Amino acid sequence: MEQYEKLYLYKRIVQSKLFIDKNFADNIDLDNIADQACFSKFHFIRLFKSIYGRSPHNYLVSVRIEQAKKFLIEGDSILDVSLRIGFDSPTSFTATFKKMVGKTPSAYRSQAMVKRLAISANPLLAVPNCFAQTHGWIK
Amino acid sequence: MITKLTHLCIYVLNQDSAYDFYVNKLGFSVHTDAPMGEGARWLTVTPPEQPELEITLFLVAEGGMFDKETVASMISLIKKGTFGAAVFTCTDLMATYQELLTKGVVFKKEPTKEFYGYEALFIDNSGNWFSLAQLNS
Repeated sequence: MEQYEKLYLYKRIVQSKLFIDKNFADNIDLDNIADQACFSKFHFIRLFKSIYGRSPHNYLVSVRIEQAKKFLIEGDSILDVSLRIGFDSPTSFTATFKKMVGKTPSAYRSQAMVKRLAISANPLLAVPNCFAQTHGWIK
Repeated sequence: MITKLTHLCIYVLNQDSAYDFYVNKLGFSVHTDAPMGEGARWLTVTPPEQPELEITLFLVAEGGMFDKETVASMISLIKKGTFGAAVFTCTDLMATYQELLTKGVVFKKEPTKEFYGYEALFIDNSGNWFSLAQLNS
């Protein structure tokens, strides 16, 4: 596999991806990431896309939205979530979230909270009986 | 008729460290993390592109159908690396391998060419081993 001969390319792209994972909430300059990885912007985007199936920008947005889901499940407000994950405004966050998830952040949070409360009240709702019996949680 | 797999059980020796491994290192999402009383915990995670497949991180501990002897046997077998629990796939094995190495995942086998594609083997922090494969398109 000729890719193994270019291990150093993989390491640089992977490091860039991990940088995005860690710093998604910041105002990341993708041009800067390309420079730090010692690639031209064009080459960086092309390599990133060939490995991860999407551009660095799209990947950054997806990381932000996945993190937003976690914050919403915890009950954070839309404003707080949008600011915590690096969006300029709740409006842009809501539009992006709905486009990617298929529902508004409010609807997502409501459904998640309903599920969370139900499981909190009766945890066995989340456990198939066979496993509950194996554990001895039901007879 | 059977239509799909919805739950897969992986026996682990510690659920806190398993959470860290599967969520923070492998990048899986938490589906359910519910306290069950008396220190027990129902913890399931899902792979990134299979949100309906719950991987149960099942603590090996006394209780229910697990008596003391069974627990001791299970722990010994898991630590020995007896159980190969699953095959995970990825779109780019080299990139995934590099990322997991950076995050401290231990590999038993480096990426190797196989007739079905490329494969590496890694172990979780209990001792279970897994295949990580990039399949031929």
